[in-house]
Amino acid sequence: MQGNVQIKDRVRQLGPGLAAIVLGLALALLSDQFLTASNILNLLRQISINAIIACGMTLVILTGGIDLSVGSVLALSGAVLAGLASGGTPWPLALLACLALGAAVGLFNGVVITRGRVAPFVATLATMAIARGLTLVYTGGRPITGLPSALRSLGTGYVLGIPVPIIIMAVVFLLAYIMLVHMPVGRFIYAVGSNEESARFAGIPVARVTTLTYVLTGLAAALAGAILTGRLNSAQPTAGSGFELDAIAAVVVGGTSLAGGRGSVLGTVVGALIIGMLDNGLNLLGVSSFYQQVAQGVVILLAVLMDRRK
Amino acid sequence: MKRIARFLVAVLAVAMLAACSSGGSGSQTPPSSEPPAQTGGETGGEQTPSGEETITLGLAVSTLNNPFFVDLRDGAQAAADAAGVKLVVMDAQDDPAKQISQVEDLITQKVDVLLINPTDSDAVVTAVEAANEAGIPVITVDRGANGGEVLAHVASDNVAGGRMAGELIVELIGGQGQIAELEGIPGASAARDRGEGFHQAVDGVEGIEVVASQPADFDRAKGLTVMENILQAHPDIVAVFAHNDEMALGALEAIEAAGKSDQILVVGFDATADAVKAVEEGRMAATVAQKPQEMGRLGVETALKHLNGESVDEYIPVPLELVTQ
Repeated sequence: MQGNVQIKDRVRQLGPGLAAIVLGLALALLSDQFLTASNILNLLRQISINAIIACGMTLVILTGGIDLSVGSVLALSGAVLAGLASGGTPWPLALLACLALGAAVGLFNGVVITRGRVAPFVATLATMAIARGLTLVYTGGRPITGLPSALRSLGTGYVLGIPVPIIIMAVVFLLAYIMLVHMPVGRFIYAVGSNEESARFAGIPVARVTTLTYVLTGLAAALAGAILTGRLNSAQPTAGSGFELDAIAAVVVGGTSLAGGRGSVLGTVVGALIIGMLDNGLNLLGVSSFYQQVAQGVVILLAVLMDRRK
Repeated sequence: MKRIARFLVAVLAVAMLAACSSGGSGSQTPPSSEPPAQTGGETGGEQTPSGEETITLGLAVSTLNNPFFVDLRDGAQAAADAAGVKLVVMDAQDDPAKQISQVEDLITQKVDVLLINPTDSDAVVTAVEAANEAGIPVITVDRGANGGEVLAHVASDNVAGGRMAGELIVELIGGQGQIAELEGIPGASAARDRGEGFHQAVDGVEGIEVVASQPADFDRAKGLTVMENILQAHPDIVAVFAHNDEMALGALEAIEAAGKSDQILVVGFDATADAVKAVEEGRMAATVAQKPQEMGRLGVETALKHLNGESVDEYIPVPLELVTQ
């Protein structure tokens, strides 16, 4: 039995990776431009924002929770970043404020969920509306422009020929991976998601661990917001609408169970890659964006069905 | 293992879907005999037979969830079909981030000219700069870009539209009387241009006086209150020109409430569904309609002109049309 379970776990971990490889090969056969160096960088840059948010989302989902507020938090922190920076605040300070705001909203989510005993879906749904509303209040419903060039390069710059968003994505992934696999807190996160009661009996500070995952997710969303603001050369009041669903899709396609306790951040990055490859590849093939949504839905459905069969 | 296999089969199926819907039109050789593209408006495929130099244009539309831009797309598609060139259409669903990715993908496809209908004039700058770097000329349609190098901008000629409205009013009131003007958001380009054209038509006409020009911010409720105030100050006005239909409809409410609908005629701008209905019912005198299909057509034709080595103007005005009863 033990061996059987282990094999199944392997399958779960390998599935998304193999799917990504097959999809990549298929697209490479269909389009001569897909497997060019410039398109690979292009593709990785396109997925970076979703992948960064999804890394945070993985932590939350591993505890059995969900965070619907990430898209709004992204917009709010991006707007504050652009507002401060275009108003003359030195950009490193503005960036710090942006990240602190994201973490603070995450802390709010965590406290409402653990102390207020509100279901994560409902708590973060409320935060999603609040943060979006505050974004509209702060921006007056209009885009904020006039960013210093240092902030623009967060979204459009290169370091040693590699786009900055890709580098940030790699760092976020590595940090999340190390935390989950090599630190006690990682084991705690899995334990809370597997069985909250027994985690509590085992002396794990469930509330603090849960809250931490929301703080980190808020932080990731704010970081993604800074990148998007740089990429868009402006903070858009409607930025990030629907990003929460893209992030959840990446987590699910990456093989992490929505029930919590099972999954990996590596899978999530692969999940983001699969979704990104579909968009990018179908664009290169000239498939209508209407069909792209259908294809994305089919992939998500397949991933969830796999999860069910487990 | 069975599960992996199942997943792979499914992924392959998706890839096949991609292959089918692109291969269909892509593997055919040229174009003039080819029927217009499928429902999505896309034409597909990369497998141009070697040796054939097909011209490919990319069109990044802000959203196809709005009939205005669907018409724009249809106009561009028809022009591309007529010229026998390929047009790849992308729909950003009003998401500026998505639009940048789509433009990057069009650049990767090495389209010959990029037509961009920006979701946002600031956010599109990153995309325009990427195209500049790749050496692909950019033509903006309807909305402009606030940065980067743009070959040409195709948009409605708002000045001409304002002039048409002004001339119509002069004609309808017999060249005699007081007129009020409801202006759009101060500083907005549409407000500036429409006002400029209107004043070209009415200023200096003997017997006609613009007694009030006040902003109502393109808003129906503001149009109502501003019009109420104007009616208090100038009870004898005979015509109102509003920079958009929302304000015109608000003004109409104020005029009807004051019982002056026989005395005052209203002309709006944009030809929204509400306004066209009001024109048909005889409550509004006219509204000025934009022509999105023309916009799409002129965009494609400008791109082809450029590829032929002809010089093109920086600004390509799209004519407008009066909607009257």
